Amino acid sequence: MTSKPYDEFVFEPERYELRSPPAYYFDLDRREFFRVVGAGVAVALVCRSGLAGQEPGRGRRGSQESLPKEIGAWLHVGESGEVTVFTGKVEMGQNIRTSLAQAVAEELRVPVASIRLVMGDTDLTPFDMGTFGSRTTPTMSPQLRRVAAAARDLLVELAAKRWNAKPGKLKAEDGKISDPASGRSIEYKELATGQALAKAVIDDEPLTPPTEWKVTGKSLSKVNGADFVTGKHRYTPDLKGPEILHGKVLRPPSFGAALTSLGARAAEAMPGVTVVRDGNFVGVAAKSEPEATRAVAALKAEWKPVPQIPRRELFDYLKKNARPSEDRQETGSLASALSSADHRLEATYTVEYIAHAPLEPRAAVAEWRDGKLTVWTGTQRPFGVRDELVEAFRLPLDRVRVIMPDTGAGFGGKHTGDAAIEAARLAKAAGRPVKLVWTREEEFTWAYFRPAGVIEVRSGAHADGTLTAWEFHNYNSGGAGIRTPYEVGSQRIEFHPVDSPLRQGSYRALAATANHFARESHMDDVAHQLKMDPLEFRLKNLKDDRLRAVFQAAAKQIGWGGAKSSSGRGFGIGGGFEKGGYVATCAEVTLDRATGSVRVVRVVTAFDCGAVVNPDGLKNQIAGANVMGLGGALFEAIDFENGRVLNNLFSLYRVPRFSDVPPIEVVLVDRKDQPSAGAGETPLVGLAPAIGNAIFAATSIRLRSLPMLPEGKLPKVNPGA
Amino acid sequence: MAKVTELRINGKRLAVEAEGETSLLTVLRDQLDLTGTKYGCGEGQCGACTVLINGNPRRSCLTPVSAAEKKEITTIEGLATGGYLHRVQQAFLDEEALQCGYCTSGMIMTAVALLRTHPQPSDEEIARFMEGNLCRCGTYPRIVAAVRRAAERQRKSG
Ligand code: FES
Ligand code: FES
Repeated sequence: MTSKPYDEFVFEPERYELRSPPAYYFDLDRREFFRVVGAGVAVALVCRSGLAGQEPGRGRRGSQESLPKEIGAWLHVGESGEVTVFTGKVEMGQNIRTSLAQAVAEELRVPVASIRLVMGDTDLTPFDMGTFGSRTTPTMSPQLRRVAAAARDLLVELAAKRWNAKPGKLKAEDGKISDPASGRSIEYKELATGQALAKAVIDDEPLTPPTEWKVTGKSLSKVNGADFVTGKHRYTPDLKGPEILHGKVLRPPSFGAALTSLGARAAEAMPGVTVVRDGNFVGVAAKSEPEATRAVAALKAEWKPVPQIPRRELFDYLKKNARPSEDRQETGSLASALSSADHRLEATYTVEYIAHAPLEPRAAVAEWRDGKLTVWTGTQRPFGVRDELVEAFRLPLDRVRVIMPDTGAGFGGKHTGDAAIEAARLAKAAGRPVKLVWTREEEFTWAYFRPAGVIEVRSGAHADGTLTAWEFHNYNSGGAGIRTPYEVGSQRIEFHPVDSPLRQGSYRALAATANHFARESHMDDVAHQLKMDPLEFRLKNLKDDRLRAVFQAAAKQIGWGGAKSSSGRGFGIGGGFEKGGYVATCAEVTLDRATGSVRVVRVVTAFDCGAVVNPDGLKNQIAGANVMGLGGALFEAIDFENGRVLNNLFSLYRVPRFSDVPPIEVVLVDRKDQPSAGAGETPLVGLAPAIGNAIFAATSIRLRSLPMLPEGKLPKVNPGA
Repeated sequence: MAKVTELRINGKRLAVEAEGETSLLTVLRDQLDLTGTKYGCGEGQCGACTVLINGNPRRSCLTPVSAAEKKEITTIEGLATGGYLHRVQQAFLDEEALQCGYCTSGMIMTAVALLRTHPQPSDEEIARFMEGNLCRCGTYPRIVAAVRRAAERQRKSG
């Protein structure tokens, strides 16, 4: 076990997300490149190792004719003036197709409409680890800016050469280079015509500072919004082809069950049906979806179940089966700080498994042609899925291509290639392309869940309100957001990994939701113990200016201190710092004493993610994160028994609907002096504790389990509150 | 059950070939390539598959195709006319009432049906009428705003 100094200490917040990157061989040579994209001017961004974080690929040294190997992104200006940008990032509703286009438009000085983004295609776009962890805005956006800025400079040079002018005297604007001295101007497309000019830039090209942004920093509506409101956009399940068969998989009756026998004769006798059995995998391909469903129903399979952990023993199991923590953070002497504290408090919090339930279920279309496998699939990790396919079918890397049509949400749930592998296996057997769309039941059962967890907290404080001791143990749920932002002299913080009884993986904001829930609920209890105002107590123990600022902004907006909590109404606050973003959320709840039902009637979220790129898009993300967070905070939980999910339908697994959603006010703290951070996740983490704290303020009932109100109302209403 | 061989969709008569009990959703998507209507649950709980049948919002995943025979079916593809978006579509764009967009067709179809019977709905009426439509991305407040905006425009244009 190691103890590390505070600053160097890094938990593994992404332990459920990151897998080791594959060795990437990017080997398109220059002639090949221009043959593919057409004549023009191209710029690729070479990432110096370590600088660009997770995005770049690794590869061999290049020959002189080849483009450089460690490429983060590239851009091409074609003869028609169209700008094509290639990035391995993918769009799933977080609106980066628009915000990245904005970033490029800014530097290249072209209208957003002339930009097309090619995203998440393993044959065309540079390697990318995946779209998660709120990394797109802080890393991909600056990379694209650099590429675009370099392309602009290249075009300026071309014009300068043509006119025999000094590049420094020329101006780039609105898709043209002009020479103010002579009044001449030339369009980019003219400069690009007949060219096969490629340039590589290192990622330190200077960028337009946020204070001078013209395109970015302003709201811009979705670049391809019309495709969605007309139903034109094709998600993976919408892809068509005359040859495509429909696939369907026979699922085991419980997790981990092994196939002992299969009677497939009836199904195989159906016209046009192919049945595949390969180990535990059983599936069919048929001409239509109803036929595939009928064929699966005709299969007679026997399965041998494996013992399962009952749900009621889940939290005990997680505690008892924890492996020794690999990392822990320790400062000061916890034991003496606890024993000398005026007030001590100890509490345990639990978090249930929950499902992502993206509205577009997992789906894939797989096609084998001339020994090459191409799969279209909604995934957050096209390159990761490609590697899974390479492994599953033992193919060379260049024989697999994964293309990601913009997908109907992911929330961290579309990292794996399950549907892709299944469709590919069926297509291989059927000798025709196969489309496989998971049903909602499959989605709720065979995807993976946000980890369940147990969190134990012990604290000590002085009577004057100084927090002096902090002990925090997270079992299984994860290490994201586990560090406390408060100043505490003595602390011990540990994450204890467990082999989860159910399949688990990443989920929007990861464990930051659970850890903030436990920490911010506990902070509230300590404030109560000390008879201090919860906001005042937090600020007293908080030095970080940006976090203080969002706490104050949220409190101000909701009228903290003015509107007092009473027995039927409560106000709560919660917040923290994660992934470069600072968030504070205030919630107001009302309680119906007769029924015990609780309503969240107002939510205010103050958020600081540095310089804001697209304020309207950002607000949409923040409000959406709160709506999603509402489900996990109040009523979402996976119910399971004997290796089955019992609530595997939307009628059984409740997610937030129109009537659940209170007015959500967003306060953006725009810090033009700070680098932009991502915003898809962190805005979610303050909500659950804010609601829990508001419920406590109204009822004196402390709810320490997520979800807090699985039955929709308080377990018991304390009339004395 | 008898086979269904023709449907009236978006003002056109289209040939199909389906068992009567096949869901309208499957026929729209797989036979007619009208994929703007989405599958989200297959049990009437999400509204992604909403179409209009004789102007009323219906869950196409639960509608046997035989029940839609000889009726006027409108899908998301049939809303825009003469190259102009329907005012509800336009309002969704103006309010940016979408994130991943997967729920959007169903939301728009339901909203069109709502405005037909309630030209000036209150926010509560909008929420109540659309309660059966899920947006997992949580875009609800903007969807309400978009419906309000469309109602407003409808009122102004008479
Ligand atoms: S797919 Fe029809 S209601 Fe969900
Ligand atoms: S926008 Fe994604 S489900 Fe509504």
